[in-house]
Amino acid sequence: MLGFILKRVLYMIPTLFGMSLVSFFIIQLPPGDFLTSLISAIADSGQSLDSATVAALTAQYGLDQPFYVQYWNWISGILFRGDFGWSFDWGQPVSRLIWDRMGITLFVSVLSLILIWAVALPIGIYSAVKRYSIGDHIFTLLGFIGLAIPTFIMALVLMYVSYKFLGQNVGGLFSPEYQDAPWSLGKLWDLCLHLWIPIVVIATNSTAALIRVMRANLSDELNKPYVVTARAKGLKEFTLIMRYPVRIALNPFISTIGWVLPALISGVTITAIVLNLPMAGPLLLRALVSQDMYLAGAFILLMSVLTLVGMLISDILLAVLDPRIRLQ
Amino acid sequence: MTTDIPATAPTVLEVRNLAVEFALRGGTFTAARDVGFKLQAGRTLCLVGESGSGKSVTARAMMQLIDAPGRIAGGTIMLSGEGAPVDIATLNPRGDAIRAIRGRRIGMIFQEPMSSLSPVHTIGAQIVEVLRLHLKMDRQQARARTIELLRQVEIPDPERNIDRYTFEFSGGMRQRAMIAMALACNPQVLIADEPTTALDVTTQAEVLDLISRMQRELGMATLLITHDMGVVAEVADDVAVMYRGRIVEAGPVDEVFHGARHPYTKRLLNSVLKLERTSELKQASTAADPILSVRDLGKLYQPRQGFLSRRPKTEVRAVDGVSFDLMAGESLGIVGESGSGKTTLGRLILRIVEPTEGTVTFRPATGAPIDVRALDKRGLRGFHQQVRLIFQDPFASLNPRMTVRQIIADPLVVNHIASGASLDARVSELLSMVGLDPAMMERYPHAFSGGQRQRIGIARALALNPRVLIADEATSALDVSIRSQMLDLLLELQQRLGLSFLFISHDIGVVRYFCDRVAVMRRGKIVELGPAETICTAPEHPYTKALISAVPHPDPRQKRMRTRTRLDA
Repeated sequence: MLGFILKRVLYMIPTLFGMSLVSFFIIQLPPGDFLTSLISAIADSGQSLDSATVAALTAQYGLDQPFYVQYWNWISGILFRGDFGWSFDWGQPVSRLIWDRMGITLFVSVLSLILIWAVALPIGIYSAVKRYSIGDHIFTLLGFIGLAIPTFIMALVLMYVSYKFLGQNVGGLFSPEYQDAPWSLGKLWDLCLHLWIPIVVIATNSTAALIRVMRANLSDELNKPYVVTARAKGLKEFTLIMRYPVRIALNPFISTIGWVLPALISGVTITAIVLNLPMAGPLLLRALVSQDMYLAGAFILLMSVLTLVGMLISDILLAVLDPRIRLQ
Repeated sequence: MTTDIPATAPTVLEVRNLAVEFALRGGTFTAARDVGFKLQAGRTLCLVGESGSGKSVTARAMMQLIDAPGRIAGGTIMLSGEGAPVDIATLNPRGDAIRAIRGRRIGMIFQEPMSSLSPVHTIGAQIVEVLRLHLKMDRQQARARTIELLRQVEIPDPERNIDRYTFEFSGGMRQRAMIAMALACNPQVLIADEPTTALDVTTQAEVLDLISRMQRELGMATLLITHDMGVVAEVADDVAVMYRGRIVEAGPVDEVFHGARHPYTKRLLNSVLKLERTSELKQASTAADPILSVRDLGKLYQPRQGFLSRRPKTEVRAVDGVSFDLMAGESLGIVGESGSGKTTLGRLILRIVEPTEGTVTFRPATGAPIDVRALDKRGLRGFHQQVRLIFQDPFASLNPRMTVRQIIADPLVVNHIASGASLDARVSELLSMVGLDPAMMERYPHAFSGGQRQRIGIARALALNPRVLIADEATSALDVSIRSQMLDLLLELQQRLGLSFLFISHDIGVVRYFCDRVAVMRRGKIVELGPAETICTAPEHPYTKALISAVPHPDPRQKRMRTRTRLDA
């Protein structure tokens, strides 16, 4: 088992290298660089930069160097000094900007993932076992509604409901009075009041998708001969379904961590903007728009790492759960 | 399994007027009607019939295990012993009462030992579960008892194997584990639904021995469902023949085999006995020239070396130094157990799998001999027109989205041989050649039975006027009565078209009926090659002897398995 994990981690290294190269390449793709957008921003405000200053800035940021030199400077800084570069736009080191945002993003995403599983698993099992019953039809309908509603509409509606009928302060993660206050029970409660909207909004879509996945997987397994064998032993219907087909139907379900986690982290950008959440999405968007290349690059790289970590976790869980994978 | 238990032994389970119905969209389908039999302690009743005759559904009714939309529509299933008799037919399929019977008073063994056991639980866990459920044992007791059970069913090293998974076992071992599970609580009744159909003959003989030994030790009543009359003759005390949902004939095994009254039983026995000798249609082969020569053919599977794996994996020699000549107009049988390399051999000859050593020489009607291994892609295509393959599974080998016409015409179209009216004419000709009505050519494969589908597959193989056909288990998926029809068709086509056959099969009866010569394969090598009759009656190699003696003989008066030769390792 340890060897298996070690092997998977070692396999991640070349993948990570490729991803870092691609993400650095992508952020260099649009014509121009941070200076061009800076110059046009300054020109918009009626001033102008003389060419000497521009040349000095270009040399200072290394923007006149070839691609591989720039890449090497960037990646070696990250690897050896934990230095993700300088954000031109914010005038701060990228690492200072990014950890807060990444932390909150991860926190919200993991909470959403737990909610998704907690809801999708039992409903999926129910829908598969009682296929074409009234309950299944109702959940199917709700599931499709969940899939069909765009997240930002749901966010707006929930904000309205929460503000109008529950009288809550909405938007952001904290009420103004707690924004800069030290942690206390009151602040925690305030966080919970703010957090439920983004988590529900973020989870709805994936929950609906995962219910369908679970229902389809389990429906296939329910008719397998080993289920009949278990029934012929005299097991209770509930016990045997949980112990045999559900156990095997979980495989594809667990593989979904690999794609749910990155989808959550990058897919919630719109929701985060609508709800004014201090998450990674809005910052990444702004970085891309202003061609703040080191900030954008760092985000893309970290998301790639998270995707790989998600895959690793799901692979490890699969190996724990399924001896056919573990023993081969 | 035949024992000395008299016909007066106490009745454990008695079925009367049982009817099983399936509510379908178009009305009710009655899968079994008016079924009646009784199971007696220590005796074995064999329920025989073709696929679809209702025998499996009847077996499942004994435990209320029929899947929706099926249900027991009438009749009684009385289980006696242990207090007052219970009528299983009236129990709720989800209730406590039936669950107390399942696994404790009635044990069941299924056909497919691979898919009938959970792949993600250890063998031990699946047996321990039954013991804890019914006998309320604690973990340690249950584990000790499971090890004992595994030892009883002759699984080697039970202390270690209890913690292994099904996919680490061979088919025979899995079926042994299944038997241990079914017998864990010493049931009064054992129901075995085609328990050996998925196994090789030698493994089948061992598993049947095992069931019979366990039955003797525990005094169980056994219901064995099978389509194999050979197995029936070897193990049954009583026989019930099922046909289209009814029991058409029942009685002691000797009476049924030697004094069958119902026309269906007679027909079934005839088609079985027919396969016990060489076909009457068979003419002595006169050809002298080999059409296909195979020399030292081999396939070595090199282990794929992952760049991080430390374990050195062993090489596998799937086919090892095989040499033979296939004469023009001859049928050469290749027999062997699963894993012996017979299927790979067929593929190597066609180069569907690339051989790693040896030569294959094909002699066309005109022109010089062809070295098959030296052929380029185009040459290989020409070779494939002359040497064609018939597949095992008539369901999987026909594309369900193509009409019969498209399926049969496909080789002609792909090779640019015919089109338009001439194509249709050729398809009609081929269909009538295999005994199907050309008017059926617009239909899709699902409209045909298994036997008819296999005929379509044969018509497709014949489309290009081949000279050699490689038939890989071409009759294994068919019922006995259809099997002999199919073999007769192939024999007739062989004489009419001057075909040569390489006939790969695990079924000795089929090979003896059809082939001139037989090669016996074991672990990739040919261990014996000779005339079919000699191999089947007086084999020389010890492995062939063991193989032939394990084949059940469809005559209860001459049981072969009892006196079989065993070959160790």
